[in-house]
Amino acid sequence: MSASTTWTIPEVRAALDARRISARELVKDFYARIEKRNGELNAFLALSPERAYAQADKIDAAIAAGDALPPLAGVPVAIKDVISTHGIPTTCGSRILQGYRPPYDATAVERLERNGAIILGKTNCDEFAMGSSNENSAYGPVRNPVATDHVPGGSSGGSAAAVAANLAVAALGTDTGGSIRQPGSFCGVPALNPSYGRVSRYGLIAYASSLDRIGPFANTVRDAAAVMSAIAGRDPRDSTSASIPVPDYVAGLGRPLHGLRIGIPDDYFGEGIDPEVRKKIEAGIALLEKLGCRRVSIRMPNTDYAIAAYYIIATAEASSNLARYDGVRYGPRVPGSTLIEMYQKTRGRGFGAEVKRRIVLGTYVLSAGYYDAYYLKGQKVRTLIARDFRDAFQKVDAIVTPTSPVPAFRLGERTANPLQMYLADIYTVTGSLAGVPGISVPSGKTSAGLPVGLQIYGPAFGEDRVLQIAHAFEQGGGKEL
Amino acid sequence: MKISKEDVLKVAALANLELTDAEVDSYRGHLDDILTYIEKLNEVDTSGVEPLAQVVAATEDDSALREDLVVRADVITEVLQGAPDPEAPYFRVPRVIEK
Repeated sequence: MSASTTWTIPEVRAALDARRISARELVKDFYARIEKRNGELNAFLALSPERAYAQADKIDAAIAAGDALPPLAGVPVAIKDVISTHGIPTTCGSRILQGYRPPYDATAVERLERNGAIILGKTNCDEFAMGSSNENSAYGPVRNPVATDHVPGGSSGGSAAAVAANLAVAALGTDTGGSIRQPGSFCGVPALNPSYGRVSRYGLIAYASSLDRIGPFANTVRDAAAVMSAIAGRDPRDSTSASIPVPDYVAGLGRPLHGLRIGIPDDYFGEGIDPEVRKKIEAGIALLEKLGCRRVSIRMPNTDYAIAAYYIIATAEASSNLARYDGVRYGPRVPGSTLIEMYQKTRGRGFGAEVKRRIVLGTYVLSAGYYDAYYLKGQKVRTLIARDFRDAFQKVDAIVTPTSPVPAFRLGERTANPLQMYLADIYTVTGSLAGVPGISVPSGKTSAGLPVGLQIYGPAFGEDRVLQIAHAFEQGGGKEL
Repeated sequence: MKISKEDVLKVAALANLELTDAEVDSYRGHLDDILTYIEKLNEVDTSGVEPLAQVVAATEDDSALREDLVVRADVITEVLQGAPDPEAPYFRVPRVIEK
């Protein structure tokens, strides 16, 4: 076993079953890998060895006793730092939560552990999940393991990098406008943003509550499906979590694609797409046709308005959600002579530049005199974008697009112009606004060796279908296109 | 120019954010760019279109409703451990009401 070995979930299980390795030894091996690579990659912000070894010993005891093992037994996983973990530092990549240890676990974390997974630690991210490059973390950027002078994407860059560098077998990220799918694309690993309401948000520290979702990164689509099966489902502690039954996502993977209609939106291939990305996506679409899918040209006429609607809605919700960071209950406090002055100083110094920019924008669009022109208008356009998807799914079974118009860029290359950074979220924010599931799956590499991601959208609660297509695509050689 | 320095200061005050002069200048420019870009929404005819606040209602039943029961959390000690200025069982803040 070398330090770069990729472990999949079935491989972990086979090794444990055959007693080739114990869960404790596996955890130790992953911490050794992290020790070796994290100084360079900065993917992890905190490690939780005490909890990881305790869980590993439970798994090893179950094996020794001959007990039946849960589906994720012994699988080392990483958790994005916006997801609450009991007693383990959870900072959201922000100074304003430095030292914060949540008094409870997020439901997704609880379900992972109940299914046997081992939490290695917390992964770096853009502050409060606001960013597309991971350069907005108060604790420094993450580097892309594929090309370390490049960004890993964001905001779940640490989770994507941890999986791509084999520092975890799977990881949880969160996606509000593309924050799972885009880093999955940049780091070359499958990354699933489930339907809104499919995974409980209990314990997910809110950015934009009507858009935020939790989903998996893994080295294979099968592993992403296995993690989804563990974390999905109704949770009484999140009133927006759906009670629609959760299918066995792994069992559904082998089905052939024959006859499935894939919609290719003309509107997604306009200006701004990198020619090499376009080429790889065209090759990906050709592969899907070869696998039995029928290509259908579709229109999604409101696509051009998605970025504007998204940045109104997301920043408005953020300005409200982030009001709670005031130096009273958690995180560091900057003293002031009055309560208001204490709030202002704590927030002014505790938040980073991008978070403050979005709070100011969100407060502005909600403020008296502007609410109808911006916020209400944005919500109406959101209806039209959701309709684009609804209409498309009358004609097709899935929609195939690039995940991002560009491959990973160099650190520092795009920080000067926030609007330019926002515009690159075009292919992911549409699905975020509509609430539908989308997966990014590796679709070849550029001539510079940078991964390209192909995105597959399905109708709401159609995770089984997007996973089925992504799995067939991966097995058909999509990564090597 | 849509946004003035005063607009940024007014909004920052609403959001309880202390900003440096450099931040005010830089955010003013960024907000101006972004709000100008957002104006493209005016091209869209939304007459008769309902706003969409969240997507769950479109796909879900009545699962948002549950019995309203009190459940003990017992986390006071742990919560106060992370507070910047605790005085059990309270959070202490600068004086709000004058004597």
